[in-house]
Amino acid sequence: MAKVLLEMKNITKTFPGVKALDNVNLKVEEGEIHALVGENGAGKSTLMNVLSGIYPYGTYEGDIVYDGQVCKFNKIKDSEEKGIVIIHQELALIPYMTIGENMFLGNERGKKFAINWNETHGLSEKYLKMVGLKESSRTLIKDIGTGKQQLVEIAKALAKNAKLLILDEPTASLNETDSKALLDLLLKFKQEGMTSIIISHKLNEIAYCADKITVIRDGSTIETLDKNKDDISEDRIIKGMVGRDLTDRFPKRAEKHIGDINMEIKDWTVYHPIYTERKVVDKVSINVRKGEVVGISGLMGAGRTELAMSVFGHSYGTNISGRVFINGKEVHMKSVGDAIKNKLAYVTEDRKGNGLVLSNSIKINTTMANLGAVSSHTVINRDKEYAVAVDYKEKLKTKCPSVEQNVGNLSGGNQQKVLLAKWMFTDPDVLILDEPTRGIDVGAKYEIYCIINQLIADGKSVIMISSELPEVLGMCDRIYVMNEGRIVGEVTAEEASQEVIMSHILKSSK
Amino acid sequence: MEKEKIMSFVKKYTMIIVLVLVMIFFGIGTGGKLFLPQNVTNLISQNAYVFVLATGMLLCILTGGNIDLSIGSVVCFTGAVGATMMDKGINSVAAVFAMLVVGLIIGSIQAVCIAYIHVPPFITTLAGMLAFRGLSNVVLNGMTVSVTDEAFQKIFGGGANCYVPDLFGMEGFNLTCMLLGIIACVIYVVIQINGRVSRVKKGYEVDSLTGMIIKTVVICAVICVLAFKLSQYKGIPTVLIWVLLVVLIYGYITSKTTIGRYFYAVGGNEKATKLSGINTNRVYFLAYANMGLLAGLAGILTIARLTSAQPTYGQNYEMDAIGSCFIGGASAYGGTGTVPGVIVGAVLMGIINLGMSIMGVDSNWQRVVKGIVLLLAVIFDVTTKKEGK
Repeated sequence: MAKVLLEMKNITKTFPGVKALDNVNLKVEEGEIHALVGENGAGKSTLMNVLSGIYPYGTYEGDIVYDGQVCKFNKIKDSEEKGIVIIHQELALIPYMTIGENMFLGNERGKKFAINWNETHGLSEKYLKMVGLKESSRTLIKDIGTGKQQLVEIAKALAKNAKLLILDEPTASLNETDSKALLDLLLKFKQEGMTSIIISHKLNEIAYCADKITVIRDGSTIETLDKNKDDISEDRIIKGMVGRDLTDRFPKRAEKHIGDINMEIKDWTVYHPIYTERKVVDKVSINVRKGEVVGISGLMGAGRTELAMSVFGHSYGTNISGRVFINGKEVHMKSVGDAIKNKLAYVTEDRKGNGLVLSNSIKINTTMANLGAVSSHTVINRDKEYAVAVDYKEKLKTKCPSVEQNVGNLSGGNQQKVLLAKWMFTDPDVLILDEPTRGIDVGAKYEIYCIINQLIADGKSVIMISSELPEVLGMCDRIYVMNEGRIVGEVTAEEASQEVIMSHILKSSK
Repeated sequence: MEKEKIMSFVKKYTMIIVLVLVMIFFGIGTGGKLFLPQNVTNLISQNAYVFVLATGMLLCILTGGNIDLSIGSVVCFTGAVGATMMDKGINSVAAVFAMLVVGLIIGSIQAVCIAYIHVPPFITTLAGMLAFRGLSNVVLNGMTVSVTDEAFQKIFGGGANCYVPDLFGMEGFNLTCMLLGIIACVIYVVIQINGRVSRVKKGYEVDSLTGMIIKTVVICAVICVLAFKLSQYKGIPTVLIWVLLVVLIYGYITSKTTIGRYFYAVGGNEKATKLSGINTNRVYFLAYANMGLLAGLAGILTIARLTSAQPTYGQNYEMDAIGSCFIGGASAYGGTGTVPGVIVGAVLMGIINLGMSIMGVDSNWQRVVKGIVLLLAVIFDVTTKKEGK
């Protein structure tokens, strides 16, 4: 048996209100490629952040034993000194700097007040050769593709004398050829004695390169599968990832009254706003009926939010094509104002960033998207506005001392209710709810579900984008599965299960 | 609990408390000279342009801590245009109109650059600051052009007799002024009571009665004392009317209208505002176009008070306006700040200026003190924000 390089023992990490990690154990042997799999929010990234010192020693419980020593990392630099280097999902390269400058950023060669550029670029070239990237180290990052940028990240890690390389979804934004090349590179490093931990949703890739697979679910380690001993087929891994009981966490709906098609989207295609050649949403056609909750399931980066926002008054993307029909009539929504007029509402997944003005009161946030309704000739009727805010506060059971309270001081669940109130006040027929229960506790989730059911009972349509499979299964009448910008499956509530959805996603990831 | 109440009171009215302390300090330091009727009148006349410009600047700052550096130069330029027109014998009404229009056009040009071409406000207005300073020189040929139209001077607060005429002719005391002050108090009280009664009737929550009474009494007392002081000198300076007009109009816009609400929303969270169907570009446009208009008005007030136009007028006016906003509680990140707050900030700056002048402090040291006050105000803003998080 090979030497154990890293052992994380009983790691528990609590955020205010949420236990993100609960007694997680991870054992990685020297010279292996260890895969970490689990659903979004299962705790994989949190675990890696604990390991790399982003969450400093003392903010979590448990021990990290690395190379036979108990480690107490206080910052990323501490873990990097030991040779633990993490490459994040979102590339951390600066576009207007050269490859060489990026590679040694924060780790500059030469003296403190005199960078030795010859040494910098000389070394860079050496590491670039190791990762097989044929580019001059003086090339600007913005001039090379994502695949090559990923290689630069790896070269950067090597330049820090990495002994344990952690890759968080390294192939998420790569095409097939680049992905294969990257995995082969990892296998080559393995031959040279490098240890790697790879986080990925692409099970075929994991099967291709990993020696061991640890499954994390709801912040706990479920099992570790060994390539040589256990069955590591996709179905087996999926079972480990989602095998959880659905308890009574969802309110029952009184009666279903599903009516005519309310909104239909046809052949919707959207390109990335900056990398304009990249297709983010690819010929998506979906529809939603009156009194129906339609779920859009998929992994992060599948293009769900992009789809929703581009439909909602072209709030995202360029070169948008496709048609939208509401009540059978084609509508053109070129601005958010148009979308609101066509009785469409989009409740963002990022309530703090895109949804609420945290420095303003509940009242002001509630009426923000439909201020005209509480004013005449642009003069706000403050009494009316106050009455509206109080009305929604009571309807949605928002817990707050007064509607004059700033939303920045509310809990996540109550903020979400204010956000819902804001959009319900625009009197929409179709509501797109993007991750409506992200980051809120179980009790508040239940209340949000009740609100959704109430909307449906009133004959509205709801499109629910959610990464939490149980929630999609518990709430939706019909589920679209989206992956890599395409709809890769459509299942009804009856035939849906976590396994079915996961396999739709994973089998379409190539 | 009591302690908490006091703390929140102090936090809410910090700048007013500071203002009172500063007034007491300079009241003692100048041996009471600060509160002589003539000095109170001077405080208003000298700082009229600050009140006007700071009100406009507030809108720019609300959109996200953005400032307008060009206004000093625009004040000078519009003043130069107006003075030259009057010098050439053009009717002063036409000249006034022209100055406002020129200000609005300049503001709109800069606003288009900022709102639709997305040039950072700092750069756009820095360019404006340079260009209009130069153009002022060109218009005036580098010379002083005097403004001799007496009616113009009188209406816009310049010359020897720029006061609202007294109807009663009492010796040494301007009864009209005092009466207007009392009328203003009565109107204020009636509005307050009306608002409260209608809220109670509809069953909405209201602030505590004692709090409201104290606030009303204090505000009425301030108005009455001010009116009394002005009465003892020559009455209401005409320029005060213009200042009040600007303050009341913009106070109303920012607190009671939809567009006013949008300024706060953009500064609080631009993305959320955009996703609420609000045209954020238009908000930026309005902020800067309006700033130009008010710079035009300040130009009028400036040449009337100084009865001339010179290429050096308006220097550092932008800094006075920006300083007043930040001292008056506008956030350096946008989204918070009120017109009354800005007025408190401007008065605070004005009193520090005037007090130090009376005490005979060297003007260089005056700048040092003003700089420190501004820095302290922003440090206060930033640290209390942090606590909030």
